[in-house]
Amino acid sequence: MTAQVDEALLRSLTPSVLGILVRRGADFAAAEDAVQDALVEAVRVWPADPPRDAKGWLVSVAWRRFLDATRSDAARRRREDLVDEEPAPGPAPAVDDTLQLYFLCAHPSLTPSSAVALTLRAVGGLTTRQIAQAYLVPEATMAQRISRAKRTVSGVRFDQPGDVATVLRVLYLVFNEGYSGDVDLAAEAIRLTRQLAATIDHPEVAGLLALMLLHHARRATRTAPDGSLVPLAEQDRSRWDTTSIAEGVEILQAALARDRLGEFQAQAAIAALHADAPTAEETDWIQIVEWYDELARLTDSPIVRLNRAVAIGEADGPRAGLAALAALNDSLPRHTAVAAHLHERDGDLATATRLYAEAAQKAPNLAERDHLTRQAARLNARRYR
Amino acid sequence: MAKYLLLKHYRGAPAPVNDVPMDQWTPEEISAHVQYMNDFAARLEGTGEFVDGQALAAEGMFVRYDGEGRPPVTDGPFAETKDLIAGWMVIDVDSYERAIELAGELSAAPGAGGKPIHEWLEVRPFLAAPPTITQ
Repeated sequence: MTAQVDEALLRSLTPSVLGILVRRGADFAAAEDAVQDALVEAVRVWPADPPRDAKGWLVSVAWRRFLDATRSDAARRRREDLVDEEPAPGPAPAVDDTLQLYFLCAHPSLTPSSAVALTLRAVGGLTTRQIAQAYLVPEATMAQRISRAKRTVSGVRFDQPGDVATVLRVLYLVFNEGYSGDVDLAAEAIRLTRQLAATIDHPEVAGLLALMLLHHARRATRTAPDGSLVPLAEQDRSRWDTTSIAEGVEILQAALARDRLGEFQAQAAIAALHADAPTAEETDWIQIVEWYDELARLTDSPIVRLNRAVAIGEADGPRAGLAALAALNDSLPRHTAVAAHLHERDGDLATATRLYAEAAQKAPNLAERDHLTRQAARLNARRYR
Repeated sequence: MAKYLLLKHYRGAPAPVNDVPMDQWTPEEISAHVQYMNDFAARLEGTGEFVDGQALAAEGMFVRYDGEGRPPVTDGPFAETKDLIAGWMVIDVDSYERAIELAGELSAAPGAGGKPIHEWLEVRPFLAAPPTITQ
């Protein structure tokens, strides 16, 4: 076989090629289909016949596809050909519409799952099949989700300024989905956030990128070979990715220096403090509690208050953690698991065992349920020995 | 973005409002019911929320391991089994509220007299993959 196509290059060009088609007057939905066709064609043709100007090649093939599709559409409907075929394919304009595409694909009129799917396809250049596999749904379902999303945003003006916060929420969702199927969604989220950071100078974009890099650095140590969860305190820190940590910390420091704090910068600061501790015992929990106070002020999220209670338990002892926990609604996800952990540290093994078992029943995912069941079993074995 | 299983029971769920066994419906009522189920699945595919749907035969066997080198032991079917699954649909939706809304619509499938059955469907969330960011 001939050389492989540089898929990273191909996918990084996707948003600007799409932007050019839209600037030339193609409607977003049709342009997006045409760009997908061009990407498929590139994968087929490039190995034997690599273009000198990759972007120019994609633009002209996509534009041709767009015209063909529009013509046959028009013919089928026996309508006049409404397409203005000018300007002819030529040098790409200097303006980069990548940022506009991010805004459009995260438009507030879209549901979170549609925004995620559309972003991965139109900005990320993934195929519908890849996105369907990543989210474990049939390809037909994902195709419908994407075409509905395109219809939803069809009336939105392309050059309308958007809200960075909505884009960040979408990228955060992609990252947090983690790893399932053939596509590494966490790595893809980092790539897309990095690309966004290159097109807009915004401390929260930097904060999210730092947060992702700092968490990604620990990925190899978060699960044991058998798939079971390894808690932060028990992870093998020598296997954390120091390059990723260094990059995350540098990006975060530059963002924090601008004194426009936001929730992603605060979350990244907490992740950086964990990354910075040579051992779990040396973690600076006092600073972490302070960052949780900032986060609580910024978001007022009950999940943040729950995590803050954990940090207080480490900084000021389990009794203080339990007192902080008592102020929270016990129907919060993971509330029982946190209570179990704090009671164990407080030496109340009977209560801890009961709560671990109860928390396992309520766990939102299999790995956490198994982990909590194992904690209950561990304490049971110790108590009845 | 979470998956839910909508479970339909032959037995084991509370009695529906329109509680007439299917074999006492008219053929047209059965056709209308099947059509409703198909339309529902097609509509969910259209909204990008459909994952899978299957119907199960009422009769099944219990099977268990019986030791090295021995064939598995089979038992049943048990007529007295309290809980009997009739079929399922898996949906992938944005929220718990949406899952409940869709289950409510599916439960409105027509039965005897062309009236909604109001049958009880069980809604069970999937245990998903753990999120990347937890603390």
